[in-house]
Amino acid sequence: MSTQSKPASWTLRVRQAIDRHLPMDHLLPDRQPYYVGSWVYVFGVVTIAALVWVVVSGVVLSFFGPQWWHDSSIGRFFNSLHFWAVQLFFLFMVLHLWGQYFMAGWRHGRAATWMIGVVIFGTSILTAFTGYLSQQNFDGQFIALEAKDAMNAAGAGAFFNVLNFGQMYGLHVMLLPIGVTFLVVAHIVLVRVRGVVKPIDAEGGARS
Amino acid sequence: MKKSMGETQEEYYRGVRMVPYDLVKELAIALAGFGVLAIVLAAFLSSPDVPPVTIATWSQTDPVDFVTTATGELAGTTGSAGYGQPYNSTPDAYQRWGPIAPQAWFGVRIPVDSANAFVMEPLKRATVGDTTLGAALSKWEGATADQQAKWLDAYTTALPDATLADGKVAVVDGDYGPLPAMMSNLLGVAQSGGLDGLLVINGRFYQTDYTQPLLFIGDSGYLEGLVADANLAGDKWGVMNETGQYPGQTWLWLFSFWYQVFPFTSDSGFLGLNAGNADLGIILIMTVLTILLALVPFIPILRDIPRWLPLHRLIWRGYYASKTSTPART
Repeated sequence: MSTQSKPASWTLRVRQAIDRHLPMDHLLPDRQPYYVGSWVYVFGVVTIAALVWVVVSGVVLSFFGPQWWHDSSIGRFFNSLHFWAVQLFFLFMVLHLWGQYFMAGWRHGRAATWMIGVVIFGTSILTAFTGYLSQQNFDGQFIALEAKDAMNAAGAGAFFNVLNFGQMYGLHVMLLPIGVTFLVVAHIVLVRVRGVVKPIDAEGGARS
Repeated sequence: MKKSMGETQEEYYRGVRMVPYDLVKELAIALAGFGVLAIVLAAFLSSPDVPPVTIATWSQTDPVDFVTTATGELAGTTGSAGYGQPYNSTPDAYQRWGPIAPQAWFGVRIPVDSANAFVMEPLKRATVGDTTLGAALSKWEGATADQQAKWLDAYTTALPDATLADGKVAVVDGDYGPLPAMMSNLLGVAQSGGLDGLLVINGRFYQTDYTQPLLFIGDSGYLEGLVADANLAGDKWGVMNETGQYPGQTWLWLFSFWYQVFPFTSDSGFLGLNAGNADLGIILIMTVLTILLALVPFIPILRDIPRWLPLHRLIWRGYYASKTSTPART
């Protein structure tokens, strides 16, 4: 494409790029290849649903402050909801990851989708870890004291002080959830841009 | 709608039978179903919330252990006193593997002087209106390092046989200098709850950093006993645990796994990796494994395993069944 044919407006160029790479019928398709009927595809959707519940219950907890759930039965319920939503989030995310591995979901130009998925997994572990450190109970104390040695040995402890509640809480309720959410959106966009991969041996084996 | 691979979705799916699929409905059902499941689990199973250990409860429950730990802080023999970076610069205390020593690279970023922070400074604050304590501190600070070491050694030797009298720690008669008076006062401050506050205030009003009190409590035998009683110790898969029967950070199983096996259970180890630098070694292993996981699409064998194993035939059962009955239309 020659430079003369590019519109001068940045807004128009962004809109045209979105139209070109992710038209609405790709973002929200109403038809899928017939092999998408497998139950393994459900794990990804349930992981997204879990993330929504994790975020909603987390927003309620953070709104009332870190002490609330220790002193209030309603607070304890929302903490429990957050706790179990996180447990199930990881369960379904791991099932999704293994499912995609055995489907070799990275084939036909989808390696970036897989790699972002691995980064989401790692960022989610860090997010959950800071949550466990922010509990302000015996578990939070014990986990912080156990974990400090690995963090310090890695050099990370000099900047990521697991014994500093304020730092861990701030990371847990703000930066890390934003990071996970952003990465999940990017992951979904890539899935929708490329579409779901064909079954193995349809063509190209398991290679990317 | 061109893709970087030079193929549009329409081209990619050419010849593939497309069927109606309601993504939004599927997400809505997943949201509702997951919500019901999580609410039921939360309502019936709740979540763990064992109250935290405070210095007050520690010193009230086990005064001898408190005084023993505080004496160890003064002698520089506790875990935090000799920890090394990022808390202090104890020589050769950091973990290393050959030239790899990230613990030492960033220096003392979170300074903690255990003897001063946990013992001397709180006692100096407590001297207000207490001339006896003031005299004891003056005697301690006026003594030579050699004399202080002798007092500490004698007191540390006597403490295992210490007895309790009216909540106070008593040891057999000996030359301990001002140590019994100092420790008795520190114990009183701790039992009143004052030490919990003193270790976090640090001249500020608002604070959220519990590094100092946590390190002090972490040095205690009291916490170690609680952790062992709750089956939470490192040899019981440590950080992935949670109190009670609740699942903890089970996703850290592989990280915790390495602590249970050779060479990280051995003092001699293998290729320089051993129990002494287990934290560093395991972090390095997990970093490499995470990078490998991310790069699976480009690594022969790892990327070929799904093709070799028949699990994908189970996942896409309908597809492969149709292929055997009719020619593939891809």
